[in-house]
Amino acid sequence: MSITIKEVEHIAALARLEFSDEEKEKFTHQLNDILQYIEKLNELDTSTVEPLSHVIELSNVFRDDVVKPSISAEEALKNAPAKVDTLFRVPKVIG
Amino acid sequence: MNVNEPFDVFRARLNSGEESCEARTQQYLSTISRRKNLNAFLSVFEDEALAHARSVDKKIKAGGAGHLAGMVVAVKDVICMKGKRTTCGSKVLENYEAIYDAAVIEKLRAADAIVIGKTNMDEFAMGSSTENSAFGPVKNPIDETRVPGGSSGGSAVAVAAGMSSTSLGSDTGGSIRQPAGLCGIFGMKPTYGRVSRYGLVAFASSFDQIGPFANSARDVAHILKVIAGHDERDSTSAKLPVPDYLAAMNRDVEGMKIGLPIEYFNEALNPEIRSVLEKRIAQLRDHGAEFIDVSLPHSEYTIATYYILATAEASSNLARYDGARYGYRSPYAKDLSEMYTKSRSEGFGAEVKRRIMLGTYVLSAGYYDAHYRKAQKVRRLIQKDFFDAFKKVDCLMTPISPTTAFKFGEKVDDPLQMYLSDIYTVSANLAGIPGISVPAGVDRQNLPIGLQLLGKQFDESALLKVADFLEQQE
Repeated sequence: MSITIKEVEHIAALARLEFSDEEKEKFTHQLNDILQYIEKLNELDTSTVEPLSHVIELSNVFRDDVVKPSISAEEALKNAPAKVDTLFRVPKVIG
Repeated sequence: MNVNEPFDVFRARLNSGEESCEARTQQYLSTISRRKNLNAFLSVFEDEALAHARSVDKKIKAGGAGHLAGMVVAVKDVICMKGKRTTCGSKVLENYEAIYDAAVIEKLRAADAIVIGKTNMDEFAMGSSTENSAFGPVKNPIDETRVPGGSSGGSAVAVAAGMSSTSLGSDTGGSIRQPAGLCGIFGMKPTYGRVSRYGLVAFASSFDQIGPFANSARDVAHILKVIAGHDERDSTSAKLPVPDYLAAMNRDVEGMKIGLPIEYFNEALNPEIRSVLEKRIAQLRDHGAEFIDVSLPHSEYTIATYYILATAEASSNLARYDGARYGYRSPYAKDLSEMYTKSRSEGFGAEVKRRIMLGTYVLSAGYYDAHYRKAQKVRRLIQKDFFDAFKKVDCLMTPISPTTAFKFGEKVDDPLQMYLSDIYTVSANLAGIPGISVPAGVDRQNLPIGLQLLGKQFDESALLKVADFLEQQE
């Protein structure tokens, strides 16, 4: 299986990234190398294996829903690139 | 004054009043400024560290000082400290000031450790050489034309070059153990869940773990004892008691069973590394340890499995850097959609983008089952290999890295080659087991060779015991 420049463009759009034509070509080449390498996993029959998503034994961790102190709006906005009063400011949504 | 002496020895002199934290902190600060060219630190808290040192000196005099009183720690810049820049080695977070302390920082402070500064790293902890930092590469103090390893290169160099007594790093696929090996010091990745990740900026959440670097195994134990334990703010941190690591370090290895994974000692292993490890094996054997060949049959699949799962998790975790609430925002965006795309494209470096792309790909419609789910299944097989091996042995010994410290630029343009430098370390993160890098010798060019010990989940004690034994041998 190999990945095309068109697919790289599609993945980039999903990841909200944009690349120059030169970068696209380089990424396509490098991603293909990596994808070819990971194809290796298909040598293994895993039809009876359960996927592992958590490495230590843990079940759901529940806690009581209690009101506790949290960060203030001021702190939450401290690193905001742009803000108005207690709100994050962003460019217009509809162009 | 020997800044590399074990903490116990220094602490005894502090208690008797022969030394002061202030003088020691001053000495580390001078070394940091003298060796600025190594680029190990991104922030140094000069006045604050000295003021803190003076207050710890008073506390020692008055009695009742904490377990780490007098220990000067450097912290990887991926761990939050309130009011301090936390850049993750990225342009995206260049001006980001953390608004709370990570759990490990609270614990260090409560134990009277002094934090001296924040260390340089590969951007978002992605890399094996610290060449991917937006703030320039870190140099290996042993040979400045070579990399220190990564991603916690700055933290490894801080300890190796005498800029702090210990440091904290994070290890997702080897990012503590590999640079410790390449810099000739100790570095431990604890069991997944042993140390709270609260306040650790996420890379791959099912792999990330915070751990210490130090000049001795006992110092690793001192710091681990303080930072380990359950934290309700990290639901993946384990509700298990923290054992007395130091009590287990009795240097008696008689009767211990140590496994040698045959897949790691194959013909591909560098002969100099092999011969150093063989010497260390002989020392343990001479003192009554028993070595057993074990097989980890899925070893050849670890890198592929790791790079699917870790990049998938990274692509999701790094979605938060959208320029809206914090971090870099592109000045060129005309609408919201452009703000996301341009902020991310201008902010992230090449390796981070490559991993986000790979992770997005393996999670995308049509590929999820073939890649992501497949890799999760292989992860279980890899973990089972270890669990089976640990039925026969107390711990495993392996190489830490396929080569000693390599030159700058040697691998940076070939991502797959760079990924393969993690071949001996990623398995511990896949299986969730602890691992430690122990200095074992040097190669012909006098570059450090490390060995790795891998243990059962939550059995850091066995690793520290063997590491401490090896430290006493020449």
